[in-house]
Amino acid sequence: MLKTFIVGIVLGVAGAAAALYLYPAVDQHREASIVSVAANGGNIESFHVNVPMDRILVGAPDRKQPLPAGMEWPDDPLFQDIRVELFKIRNARDTVVGVAARTVAEDASVDVIDWVLHLPARGSIFVNMQPEPQEGGFRVGDLRAGSREFVLRDGSMTERWVPDTSGEEDAPQGRIELVTTLVGGQEAL
Amino acid sequence: MKYLIALLLGLFVGAAVFAAGLIYNPFLVDRGLSPLSVTDSEVISLNFSSVPSDAIVFTNDGESRVEPFPEKVLQLWEPSIRLTSATATVMRDARSRTAGIGIKFSSRSERTRLLRGEAIVDSVWYVYRPGRGSLFIEQSENYWTFLREVGLPAYRSSANNWKGTWIGDLTVGPGALGTAAVTGGAGPLQGLKMQGLESLTTTAYSIDDGPVAAEGRLLIEMPGAVEDFEDEMSRE
Repeated sequence: MLKTFIVGIVLGVAGAAAALYLYPAVDQHREASIVSVAANGGNIESFHVNVPMDRILVGAPDRKQPLPAGMEWPDDPLFQDIRVELFKIRNARDTVVGVAARTVAEDASVDVIDWVLHLPARGSIFVNMQPEPQEGGFRVGDLRAGSREFVLRDGSMTERWVPDTSGEEDAPQGRIELVTTLVGGQEAL
Repeated sequence: MKYLIALLLGLFVGAAVFAAGLIYNPFLVDRGLSPLSVTDSEVISLNFSSVPSDAIVFTNDGESRVEPFPEKVLQLWEPSIRLTSATATVMRDARSRTAGIGIKFSSRSERTRLLRGEAIVDSVWYVYRPGRGSLFIEQSENYWTFLREVGLPAYRSSANNWKGTWIGDLTVGPGALGTAAVTGGAGPLQGLKMQGLESLTTTAYSIDDGPVAAEGRLLIEMPGAVEDFEDEMSRE
């Protein structure tokens, strides 16, 4: 019986180790990417934010109704010209695939419009937008950095406000459309 | 029958021995010295409270132990973002003056390997400092030591909490020296590549509420070209 007990201990150790090795501790849900190929090369991927339902935070001074309710924006002169928004972002199938932050700041020397898109199963991208809108009402920005899947990518992103014209009762006011055009960058030697 | 009971008892003891060996494995220890503590370059320090209720906004899936703040914030319950949390918080400089705003997105990583003592979280920071531009910080964090030295003792405590002092570096990559990759956005740091490190000091932790008293710190190694600018701004 002692031999059986010892065999049990060995099997218990081996079984626990095997289970920990084989069973993933973390399994991120993945949505299939919807990517098209640009005529001059690169991958085009489209995301959007339904406003107001995808807004997590609108942080700006002097807002009468804070979002979320109960949020207290710091009462510091340093934050006087900063507006920070957090969103959920959706893919072309209108499925939530990540979260994003948009920061707008008016600085003495430079106007800042930055986006950070975080797609948990894939990685993140950081885009610095040009403050002046282009003809057609959209802004263009350059990919400054990326993580994981996007770490060796170069490219750009556009942002555009598209008001809702469906007239449906539960339709969003509109959406912020984000289109990324990314190409494979070169690995530093 | 008695052999079956002996085998089952053995299996249980074996699994328990394995779990104890994993938790108390002396080879899975903290790295100790921060790589940025021996650099010759200037290092800027940005401090922030790691207590969710001290943040401007903290949100997660709404079912985790740490509750979103404020209560009515939108929760990240959708399958793709269920293992993600988002935080917006005030960043302070080394003299505890307000320095800017920081946004952190953290997601539990599929590269987690508990067998190797790796409880990995992939996270990114966006930090905006008025007049000094923006920073994007990409990192992998390892919470294994924190879980072992703070989370587990809190769990084993009859009051479900832990008090003491735990200081440790969380960043383990993607840099070769276990540092975070920092990129300058707008402003004087635009386009610059730097290294960073996130560390955590915890003095109280509750199983029910998460961190009760905890202070985080981001260290960023500045390239030589902007050190003069940072000095000038600090004097103002």
